Amino acid sequence: MIELKAVTRRFGEAVAVDNIDLTIETGEVCVLVGSSGCGKSTTLRMINRLLPRTSGEILVDGEDINKADPEALRLNMGYAIQSTGLFPHWTVARNIGVVPTLLKWPVQKRDERVTELLALLGLDPETDARKYPHQLSGGQAQRVGVARALAGDPNILLMDEPFGALDAITRENLQQEMLRIQRQLNKTTVFVTHDIDEALKLASRIAVMDQGRIIQHDTPEAILRRPASAFVENLIGKGDRGLKLLALRTVSDLMERHPEPRYSEPGSDSLNESDSLRIALSMMLWTNTERLAVLDATGAEVGIINREQLLKVGA
Amino acid sequence: MRLWLTPVIWIAFLCALAALLPTMAPLFSWVESGTGNLIYTRDSFYTLLQSHIWLVLASATMGTLVAVSAGIFVTRPAGRDFMPLVSQMASIGQTVPPVAVLALAVPAMGFGEKPTLFALVLYGLLPILRNTLAGLGGINPAVLDSAKGMGMSSVQVLFKVELPLAGRVILAGIRTSVTINIATAAIGSTIGARTLGDPVIAGLVNGNTAYVLQGAILIGLLALATDSVFEAIERTWASAFSARTHKA
Repeated sequence: MIELKAVTRRFGEAVAVDNIDLTIETGEVCVLVGSSGCGKSTTLRMINRLLPRTSGEILVDGEDINKADPEALRLNMGYAIQSTGLFPHWTVARNIGVVPTLLKWPVQKRDERVTELLALLGLDPETDARKYPHQLSGGQAQRVGVARALAGDPNILLMDEPFGALDAITRENLQQEMLRIQRQLNKTTVFVTHDIDEALKLASRIAVMDQGRIIQHDTPEAILRRPASAFVENLIGKGDRGLKLLALRTVSDLMERHPEPRYSEPGSDSLNESDSLRIALSMMLWTNTERLAVLDATGAEVGIINREQLLKVGA
Repeated sequence: MRLWLTPVIWIAFLCALAALLPTMAPLFSWVESGTGNLIYTRDSFYTLLQSHIWLVLASATMGTLVAVSAGIFVTRPAGRDFMPLVSQMASIGQTVPPVAVLALAVPAMGFGEKPTLFALVLYGLLPILRNTLAGLGGINPAVLDSAKGMGMSSVQVLFKVELPLAGRVILAGIRTSVTINIATAAIGSTIGARTLGDPVIAGLVNGNTAYVLQGAILIGLLALATDSVFEAIERTWASAFSARTHKA
């Protein structure tokens, strides 16, 4: 658990972070969202003491972080940033192994961990491990950056716009990976972004920041339904709020489940269990159908979703 | 190991020539037909070569130590205030000709090897310092930020990230400095240091072109040999820090 109590950070006269209180529960993904210069990165960098705070208290699991040794503190916090910051003179494997090396893990344990992470992030342990950062694409480099942050098996993950510089498709893929990895590992994560859609997608709780203050700290659904101010309302966009709400829930929440899985005709239009309701609606509009079959990961039809139901209770 | 073939050949050539020059009198009679003294004999070429190399080596070692530590110091948080001063000194110092440094050193330290060494260290400092600053300053700040964020101590950041990344640039500075000093050391002969400049000075004073040639050829060869040694070191460094395979 991370607790920020009345934390302030000034740069000279300017106040970057203004007296904020924020509690991030263990295993939760807290996304700090706001426009550039709102203090979200500053807040993140105070948690691992890359920046000292001007006043206030930051506690990790009840302990003031200023009492701990800064290096020991950071070794237990994975850190991934937008420009990756991979060490250009080291191979991918050595980059990922940096924290285990600093923690003095036995060589074999470290190498196994590196292989495991390469596989987890969808990289090839054989060929990609020996590459140098300059030989990677933007998406691959960012995967390596995330793998490196996870390598020491930290309790806390700090991510500063890790997908900010990627193209839309690669970003989408990496967000999916993040969700999958988070389901597996359940790390307490603080994630900084300026992209509200990314925030809605990844967060268990969103903290909206503006001019160094936290305007609203709540679940994505609550933020969409009850924005605390005009600023938040603007940020989430009034027009497609309904669609954004639909995007928060999956088809499996709302479908009529068959008692027994059935075989569906191949080639007919269908949805996956893990698709969002937004995709379901879009598909129905496009194909102009009332009902769509829902398939599970193996391709068996496990239920059906209909349009009336979706429109009635979806958002 | 093929990297080291070229420097070895140059060094062998240099040593062979230093040994064989005294037997080449007939060759030098082509350029200097007037006098009977065709070969410089006041000292053996080997002795001169040795003390020339010693001077350059000693000054390069001292210069490197001082310049690299100064460069590291002014890029740390504690020394950052001195950065403008040091980098300005580095560029101004570069505009003072080496002969001037020698001339100023003599009244302070007398004649001989000491003032020469002093001038060489001082003059050789500057390219190394400039390159150390450029090398350390040229590292992507995101790399340093993430190194620190990963939990490296400042000493670990320096030795695992900064110096390996800046190393090639620093090495290039040392290379420039040594090459300049091989030439500058010869001028030390004018203030009584024993170097390969001796035959050149003696030749100029007595109007003996053969002496001048003998000194100049050896100095030139020494510079070429040293340069190829650095070439090999730089390549070895590059392959050590950017092509090493790591077992995963």
